[in-house]
Amino acid sequence: MIQLRGVEKVYRTDTIETVALTGVNLDVAEGEFISIMGPSGCGKSTLLNLIGLLDAPTQGQVALHGAPIGSYRDRDVAPIRNKEIGFIFQSFHLIADLSVVDNVEIPLLYRTLSAKERRSLALQALERVGLSSRVHHFPSQLSGGQQQRVAIARAIVGRPRILLADEPTGNLDSQMGDEIMAIVHDLNQREKTTVVMVTHDLLRAERTARTIRLFDGRQVN
Amino acid sequence: MLGSNLRLAYKVLLRRKFFTAVSLFGISFTLVVLMVAVAVLDHMLAARPPETRQERTLGLHFAFMKGKSWMWSSEPGFLLLDRYARGLPGVERMSIFTTAHDVPSYLGGTRINSSLKRTDGEYWKILEFTFLEGRPYTTEDVDQARFVAVINATSRGRFFGGAPAVGKTFEADGQRFQVVGVVPDVPRLREVPFADIWVPLTTAKSDSYRRDLMGDHKAIFLARSASDFPAIKDEFRARLKRVEFTDSHYDSMSAALETQAERTASALDVGPKRGFIGTDGQGNTHVGRFWAALGVLAVLFMLLPTVNLVNLNMSRIMERASEIGVRKAFGATSRTLVGQFMVENVALTLVGGAIGFVLAAVVLHALTASGLVAYARFEMNGRVFLWGLGLALVFGVLSGVYPAWRMSRLHPVAALGGGAR
Repeated sequence: MIQLRGVEKVYRTDTIETVALTGVNLDVAEGEFISIMGPSGCGKSTLLNLIGLLDAPTQGQVALHGAPIGSYRDRDVAPIRNKEIGFIFQSFHLIADLSVVDNVEIPLLYRTLSAKERRSLALQALERVGLSSRVHHFPSQLSGGQQQRVAIARAIVGRPRILLADEPTGNLDSQMGDEIMAIVHDLNQREKTTVVMVTHDLLRAERTARTIRLFDGRQVN
Repeated sequence: MLGSNLRLAYKVLLRRKFFTAVSLFGISFTLVVLMVAVAVLDHMLAARPPETRQERTLGLHFAFMKGKSWMWSSEPGFLLLDRYARGLPGVERMSIFTTAHDVPSYLGGTRINSSLKRTDGEYWKILEFTFLEGRPYTTEDVDQARFVAVINATSRGRFFGGAPAVGKTFEADGQRFQVVGVVPDVPRLREVPFADIWVPLTTAKSDSYRRDLMGDHKAIFLARSASDFPAIKDEFRARLKRVEFTDSHYDSMSAALETQAERTASALDVGPKRGFIGTDGQGNTHVGRFWAALGVLAVLFMLLPTVNLVNLNMSRIMERASEIGVRKAFGATSRTLVGQFMVENVALTLVGGAIGFVLAAVVLHALTASGLVAYARFEMNGRVFLWGLGLALVFGVLSGVYPAWRMSRLHPVAALGGGAR
């Protein structure tokens, strides 16, 4: 499903060169749920961004479904992100001016669907995360856990086969975090969605099939 | 997607009310000035009674006579028009008339100033005046030098207290005329039909005008169609080479037949290089340059508020970096995002345009009521509205395109982090 071969990411400025990742090789099978752990600044989020095609590796190759990503041009990777990948962010990144259902519809705006179809799919996704009663609320009217559930609904509304979660429970208390993790595990088990999750939480990492550990930009397991 | 973009645009505008108010003020003020300018131009140039056949009318307003060391530029004289401009091929009708002169009348010891124009009978056949009462004077009236007059509604009010005037007489410039017709007021900006009083050419106090190549006369020509204009102009230019000069100081003559737009361009053509936007010394017209110059002026006028709006938009956009990152992460291309922000900006500009339209209507009403331009009735109409809409769209695109482009170039990872990269 996801393959990384010899991936390196270097950030360069005029005066400094920072190696964020080096020599990363990774295979994630379809339907697998893996976690990425490591101390702050070790390159976890950079790795997630490379898998999610939000960033291009300085060296090495990323492949999805066996097809190497040959071009990181906007028009080439945007459709892949739209159809294949769903993102869940630590700080939710909901658009404050849009209602819950409008937020969930965002990925569908970039497909050729009618407004009616978009609304129907968004409502289904909200039902899936247990927020049917909050569709016309705005993010500021929801608790942190509810906001993250909206973010999950947004991530799954386009039925992506890969879910990338960057510390999805990092801003939540443990009870809300458990609720969110239950939804993510359910998506993985019932719908065979491949999940790659960055986390600092060892207990949550242990509940995944496999944990990738990073230290100073290198895989250490 | 358009509906979603517009809903979001509305929410964003409400979020920062002060910025929105500043933006709307800048947009509406700019558009008020431009729409008022468009309305004035429309008032000057658009076909409207009595100049209803403007699209096939040419005018001869100015002549330039030159010798080895002498130059004379002024309106042409009757002789030049009568001898060299009559019978041009493709011309259905031609009329000769004087410029409007201010003349005094004395009524019960009170001085009344009026603009008086002397015309031939054809004048009333080319221009389509609506008569409030009576009729125009005829070619026969002119040939017989009858002291008859057509007056406008304001003059009827001044001389006869607004009562029916046909058959009554009045004095102007020391001559007494009998009113044969009354027409509505014509704005001063409509140079050809404007006057308070129209009387036959032949009632002039002296017939010396008949011998003048240069003077204070003008002519209009009703062509069969606008496609005849080039041939008419060419023939007239050729005839000018054959002018017999009555004054030995001069040996060449140039004059141009112009459309209303060309005439306006020539009238506004000032500066060291005369003839750049109007008609040049060789009689060549450059009305395209005139429109281009107006366009450049409009863009220059819009430049400062555009730069301000660009800055406001940039700060608005940077506040929305996270949204840009999210949209990119979920499949938006840069082009889609440019479209989204352009829609938002054009929507803002159209709101400003709507406010500007209302304010411009108020300004035009005040301008009309002020009487600054005699008999002018500046108004908003379909043409001015379309121009205003077009200008608002241009303004919206100009001020939105750079911020939208900058925003679309944001790297998704940096945008999700809340900043530029």
